[in-house]
This record gives sequence, C-alpha cells and structure tokens, in this order.
Amino acid sequence: MTRGVLAWLSNPWARARFLWAVAIAYVAWTLLPVFVAVLFSFNGTRSLTSWQGLSTQWYAGNESSVWHDPALRSALVQSLKLSGLVVLIAVPLGVGFALALDRWRGRASGTANFLMLFSFITPEVAIGVALFLFFIQLASGIGTGFGAQVMGLSMYMMAYPVIVVRARLLSIGKEYEEAAMDLGASPTQALRRVLLPLLFPAIFASVAIVFAASIDNFVISQQLSRDASTQTIPILIYSSARRGPLPSLNALASLTLLASTTLIAVAAVVYRRFTRAERRAA
Amino acid sequence: MPEGAGSGSRGAWFPSWFWPSFAAPATIWLLLLFVLPFFVILAIAFGRVDPIFLTPSPVYNPLRWDFGPFRDVLSQIFAGGSIYQSAFLHTLTFVLAATALCLVIGYPIAYFIARHAGRLRTLFLVAFIAPFWISYMMRMLAWINLLQPNGYVNRILGGLGLANADAPIQWLNGKPLTVILGLAYGYVPFMILPLFGVLDRIPSSTLEAARDLGAGQVTTFLRVTLPLSRQGILAGIIIVSLPMFGDYFTQTLLAGTRNTAMIGNLIVSSIQSSLVQTGASLVLILLVLLILPMLYYLRATAKATELVAR
Repeated sequence: MTRGVLAWLSNPWARARFLWAVAIAYVAWTLLPVFVAVLFSFNGTRSLTSWQGLSTQWYAGNESSVWHDPALRSALVQSLKLSGLVVLIAVPLGVGFALALDRWRGRASGTANFLMLFSFITPEVAIGVALFLFFIQLASGIGTGFGAQVMGLSMYMMAYPVIVVRARLLSIGKEYEEAAMDLGASPTQALRRVLLPLLFPAIFASVAIVFAASIDNFVISQQLSRDASTQTIPILIYSSARRGPLPSLNALASLTLLASTTLIAVAAVVYRRFTRAERRAA
Repeated sequence: MPEGAGSGSRGAWFPSWFWPSFAAPATIWLLLLFVLPFFVILAIAFGRVDPIFLTPSPVYNPLRWDFGPFRDVLSQIFAGGSIYQSAFLHTLTFVLAATALCLVIGYPIAYFIARHAGRLRTLFLVAFIAPFWISYMMRMLAWINLLQPNGYVNRILGGLGLANADAPIQWLNGKPLTVILGLAYGYVPFMILPLFGVLDRIPSSTLEAARDLGAGQVTTFLRVTLPLSRQGILAGIIIVSLPMFGDYFTQTLLAGTRNTAMIGNLIVSSIQSSLVQTGASLVLILLVLLILPMLYYLRATAKATELVAR
C-alpha cells in the first residue's frame, strides 16, 4: 500500500495525475450547475439562490407549479406533441434516405447526400430565419405556427437517422438481403423481413436521438412559433429565465432532462442488446 | 439508362427504380424546406421594399434582382463605429476566444479518455457527452441561477475573499467574459468528440517507439501526438465555431445588452422589426463568411466515410 503511494508520488507519468484532476474538474464544471438547477426545482420557497428545504410543490400542488400553471403546462404538452410528430416524420424519411444512399450510387444520390449534410451544418439561425420568411412570404397559406414548426424541425432532424442508419448499414453489408433473394424472396420481402429487423437497433436509436434533440430544440421552434400557444419548453425558459423565474421553471427543465435521459439510456441498452451477438462473433 | 446500369454492381436483384424511390420523400422535403427557403432569402435580400409600409416584396426572378441594398449593408459593416461593425467584431472576438477555450479544455479531456481513463473509460465518456442531451436552455438557466448577484458564484468568491458582499459582481449585466465562458461551456462537448476520435486511433506502439528512440514526454507529445491529431483539432474547431457564429440566445441570456450584441442578435432583431431586407442580407453575409469551413468539413467527413466504407 505504502509502496503504491510512493510509486504514485514518484510516478514518471506525472502528467496523468494532472489529467485526472482536469477530468474531474471538467465533470464538476459541466454537471454540477445542472445538478444545482435540478436541486432547486425541489426548493421549499420561491428562491433560486438560497436553499430552504425539500418540497415537490413546484411540480404539483402550488398554483404556479408545472401541473397548475397554464403556460408551463401548455409548453410541456406542446413540446411533447412537436417532438412526437417530428419523430414520426423525420425517422421514416431519414431511414429511407440512408437505405437509398447506401444501395444506389449515382450522381443524383451524391447531390442529395451533400444537401442533407449541408443542411445539418448550416448555422441554425440562418435556417430558422429562412424558414420563417418562407412561411410568411411564399407559403403564407400555412403560415407560422405548429404546422410550420413540425415541417421545419422534421427537415432539420432528418440528418440524425441518416447518419445513424448509414453507419449500421456499413457494418451489416448487403449479403443478408442477397441471400434472402437467392432463396426466393422478392425485393420488398427481403427488405421487410431481413433488412428492417437488422436495422431495428439503429432505427430505435434514431427515434431516441431525434426525440431528445427536438424536445431541446430552440432556434427553429422559436422562429416558427406563432404565439403563446405554440411555445415549447426551451422557448419558455428563454423568455422567462431573466425575468425572475420561479423554481417551477427549473421543475419543467428537470422533467425534460428526465425524459431525454431515460430515452437515451433505454436506446443505448436496446442497441447494445441487439448488437451483442454480432460483437461477440466479431 | 446509364444510371440504372451503374447501380447493377450493387444489389443487382433490385429493379433500378427501387432504391432511388426511397430517397425521394426526404429529397423533396429538403428541396421544399431547405433549398426553397434560402431562395426566398435571396429574393428578399435582392428584392424590393414597399416605400411606405417597409414590408418586403420578394423578387423571384434572378434577372430582376437589385443588389443595391445588399451593398449598402456591406458598406455599413465596413463603416467604422456602426452597430453592424461592432456586432461583427463582437462575434469574431467571442467566437475566437470561446473556440480557443474549448480547445484548451477539450484537448486534455480527450487525451485523458483516450489514454488514461482505463477501466473507467465508458463512465467518463458518458459523463463527457451527457451535456449533449441536457437541454442547452436548461444549462444556461442553471448558470443564470448561479451567477445572480446573491448566487453561489459570488458567495463562493466572497468566501474566498475575492469579492465584496456589499458590491457583488454583476455577472449578467453585459460582461463579455460571461458570454465567452457561456459559449465555451455550451459547445465544448462538440470539441471533445472529434479530438477523442483521432487521439484514440493513435496506436500506443507509435508513442512507445518515439520514447524508445529517446524522445522525452514533451517531445513525444509535440512531435508525434500533436501532428497526428491535427485533423481532429481542425474538425473540432469548425464543428464548435460554426454554431457559435449563429448563436444569439447565449448572448441574450447571459449579457443581454446592446454593446455585447452578436451577428445572430442583429439578424433576429432585424427580421422581427421592419428591417426584413437587412436581416436577409445579413444571413447571406454570414453564410458567405462560413461557406469555406463548411465545405472543408463536408469534404473531410466524406473522405472519412469513404475510408470506413472501403
């Protein structure tokens, strides 16, 4: 034991000790503020700066809790509706796109892929403003509001399933569906009964990522929001964070944190479980 | 059809229209909601403005575009002391400082997970990428709570004798330092991942070879590790700075004053007021400034994908 400590003290890799300190400081720096914010959603009083004992009144009970305050409740419902619909649109479109890109090489597919990746790295404010002006000027029949939010966000989020599913397709290879068709399956059957089950973990992971990213999305949701009825949780946090918010705002933020953490954790477990056999074989 | 023949090598069993039809819905969605909106931006920036109501009337025919207003905005940016110029300068300073900070913080962290985390590697990776799915707004809200005049940051500084309790530091009243730290805090996870990607791929045998040949720790790092991680550094800088250039919410939340306004703030406030045409021009200028790093990044990722596919 003593020898270990001595060896550690005279460690020639002294850099590692410094790195451990940096790493632990970094984790504290990134996660501690969030932990404090979650803690204060359980505060006994209205204060966000001094701790006054444990209470769940900001979740339900108090008249300005998440459950009772109409603005907070509406933002929660609106965020869930928006993210759900975005998942329903973006994931199937993205999965189809990834399948097509992997199996079909032509000039048009290269251009489409470039466009998809370009949309993904364009600063969001440019996309948000472009979509806002599009829905005001050209597609004024639709206008801004919930419909525009669903359309704009589902376009922006398509890149996630494309990236995740393409990575999975690369590791599967094309032998399975060719074998299926050698054995007499039609292209549609090979796709539905062989390829899609193999892609299940990637599709499930895409659902989780798109949902978590949509529920946290701010810029596009805000640019395309029409009024208070289309405010999502990030928009509400943005507009009230500087105006003396109550712990109920922290409670709302903590609920989204819980939702996305659970979803990502479940997706990670599902992905690992379904690909475990393959990793063992490899 | 040449294209149908070309797809024969892969999936010869499928009819040639089969796979392209899978890409069609997403491509239509992109054309409708990405390409067309940017065409509307062009049509407004180079279009006309109603002289009385100041409402924009977009011109969709490129042959009738008027570049005068766009040139006016450009010359405003180069005119000393204008709010446009100061917003561009703020943006440049904040983004450069915050990106440098991200690199200084991110590199040792990525190096640590790649080389020294040992059995705790997965745990540390999870802790490091946790901020990815913690809402950005929640993380900013957390700091707003901590940075209040009577918040924990001032209390800790006061406890250490670094701040005076009677005159608390006003962190949230237009301090550039708060914005820079906030941006670095918000985007640093995006720096760690590409750096970890390259550092993890450097075989330890390469480093051992350098040590065997007589290089010290510092020399090994400077002449082997650092050059080998150049791609990751560049990718990290781009992936972190691109969204920062368009960020407007961090500034509003953590400073909120006119003299810390960034390009994003200028764009959003122009669009919401009667200066829609100016806003559209500013979006175009922002994209022109960023197009080279964007294309470089796309090319680099395309190359990396090809390598994996092979």
